[in-house]
Amino acid sequence: MNLLHIAFRNMQQRGLASALTMFSMSLGVALVVVVLSVSWVVTESFERNSNVGYHLIVGSKGGALQLALNTVYYLSQPIEVIPYEDYLELLPKEQRAAEIRRIGGRVAEPDRAGEYAGFTEGGFAIPLCLGDYLGPFRVVGTKPAFFEELRWGRSSENEYSFSSGRNFVDYSEENGFFEAVLGSLVAKEMGKKVGDTFKTTHGDPEGEGHGIAFKVVGILDSTGTPNDRAAFINIEGFYLLEGHERAYEDQAHPDELKEYVERDRADEAEPLPLEKRDLTAVLVKVGQPLFAIALQKRINKQLQTQAISPIKQITDMLGTFVRPVQLAFLGTTIVVCIVSAISILVSIYNSMNERKHDIAVMRALGARRDAVLMVVLLESLLIAIGGGLLGWLGGHALTLLAGPAVEARTGIQIGFLNTITQLEWYLVPGLIVLATLAGIIPAFVAYRTNVSQNLGS
Amino acid sequence: MLNVTNLKKAFKLPDGTSLPILHIPEFHLDAAEQAVLVGQSGGGKTTFLHCIAGITAPDSGKVEIDSIETTRLSEAGRDRVRAAKLGYVFQTFNLLSGFTALENVRLGMTFASGRHDLKRATDLLNRVGLGERLHHKPGALSVGQQQRVAVARALANRPKLLLTDEPTANIDPANQQTIIDLIRECCQAEGIALLMVTHSSEVAGQFDRVESLSDFNQVLETASAEA
Repeated sequence: MNLLHIAFRNMQQRGLASALTMFSMSLGVALVVVVLSVSWVVTESFERNSNVGYHLIVGSKGGALQLALNTVYYLSQPIEVIPYEDYLELLPKEQRAAEIRRIGGRVAEPDRAGEYAGFTEGGFAIPLCLGDYLGPFRVVGTKPAFFEELRWGRSSENEYSFSSGRNFVDYSEENGFFEAVLGSLVAKEMGKKVGDTFKTTHGDPEGEGHGIAFKVVGILDSTGTPNDRAAFINIEGFYLLEGHERAYEDQAHPDELKEYVERDRADEAEPLPLEKRDLTAVLVKVGQPLFAIALQKRINKQLQTQAISPIKQITDMLGTFVRPVQLAFLGTTIVVCIVSAISILVSIYNSMNERKHDIAVMRALGARRDAVLMVVLLESLLIAIGGGLLGWLGGHALTLLAGPAVEARTGIQIGFLNTITQLEWYLVPGLIVLATLAGIIPAFVAYRTNVSQNLGS
Repeated sequence: MLNVTNLKKAFKLPDGTSLPILHIPEFHLDAAEQAVLVGQSGGGKTTFLHCIAGITAPDSGKVEIDSIETTRLSEAGRDRVRAAKLGYVFQTFNLLSGFTALENVRLGMTFASGRHDLKRATDLLNRVGLGERLHHKPGALSVGQQQRVAVARALANRPKLLLTDEPTANIDPANQQTIIDLIRECCQAEGIALLMVTHSSEVAGQFDRVESLSDFNQVLETASAEA
């Protein structure tokens, strides 16, 4: 039998009060764990994609943050569009010419290199068209290069792979321009598999449906990135959907000043001509990282187009919005824990009168003052750590329960262990400090208990 | 074993005056000797035991237990001597209600460093006839059984001196003699000196050495003279 055993027995003797106090502490700790887990999910969701695998996003002038949210996370509404010619300006001479001849239509100076080709040599430029939906999920019109060139993961070390099927192609005999690849979560939630078809809706999830169906040719492996939550369709098919062609002529670059180029693939179905195409954004990887700032400055001098660094936007957003909110939540939950610790103090302190007799007996049996002080402190610790452990398990069980919903919204998988954050390692010493502080007043009362006065009571 | 010399204790009254309660010029008890101390109610018997046990600090005088002058020790030192060399049986048993009989006995061992002898605790409870009640809490024991647990607890650390304060005052007459016999036999068997406080002349009559507190408590003599 030791002091811990005595403290445990004391706690047991006042079972209901101890259990209620422990429950109050467990609620506080569960709240801390949930807040930390939510913070982890938020931070993870941003940081996992902070190394996006490209240096710049080129899009319409406007909110840089909105462009990043749109393009990296498929959040928020798409902003204005930029002409397809802006994408062509990022291509080297041969690639630009081939692209122009593949599509056909009116374009300025079809045989020169793109204005920014020097920057992207050794890198890539991938166009994106946003605005349609498949159920609640974003539809992304893009090129097959999206899955060929882009990498994902914290160090952009992973290639995209398919759990079934293949990447879509620019044009196929069987499906024409209308092939699609689904993110893992989209396929799961929408119940789609390779070979199925779907039609997109225009503008918002409840919007008007387009008449042309896309055939699913591939399902992506889960990546834990926003791409799990997107449906990727061939950009050529996207352009052929109703309402996706440019409605108004670009007055800054009138069509009559452009040269008409005949397309060289007469055997294929006819795509939307160049002068009728717009884009939401272009993902750009420059040949050398040093080029990124120079290219950004060059593009930003233009009237209608801007280039942003997605990493900077994500970091700024974390620092400006997310971290302060996380800190505020954490502060609130710490206050809840302090209130729980005070309830331990009140609970033990209120019982001190009835304990004085027991303390006097222990002292009469030879217990030193510091021994009875330790018994009370240990009881406070047992309640705090017991409650803390329950709260920790409860908090993680709650986050586990919320896992499917979180995964559906963020693409982040929640397990019992992967949400344990570094801050949680401070929980145990934090609880010990709190419990010691809470127990110190009643422990001092125990320390000062007059033995002879309380023995007979 | 026990030497008390010129022990004085007075209590402060609410009006600030001092009420002398004890003045013991000399008191001795040999090893394994058994003595009973009688005296009128309120005469200072319990205070005397508390002073010997180091629970209450005397105003002056000397208490020596097993050649250790406890009155010169710090409070922690007195606690150590109490845990190691003294057993105490209280009038109201003073068992801890949340602990089983066995745990109450082991509680006495907890505070004497290095003594966690489960076998001795079990043997003692067997000796006092509670071998079948080891895991019963005090509330599930009769008054007589509770006092037996208290006796076992007092003997747990193999004390040199056992102090018992009216150990049969709250026990029915049928059980009183059993408890007295139990205490005396245990002390005899383990060579423990016994100082028993009682107001019962029947109990006192069984001891070879009977001391009346009023015989050597000069406070009472003075008080009587003043009256």
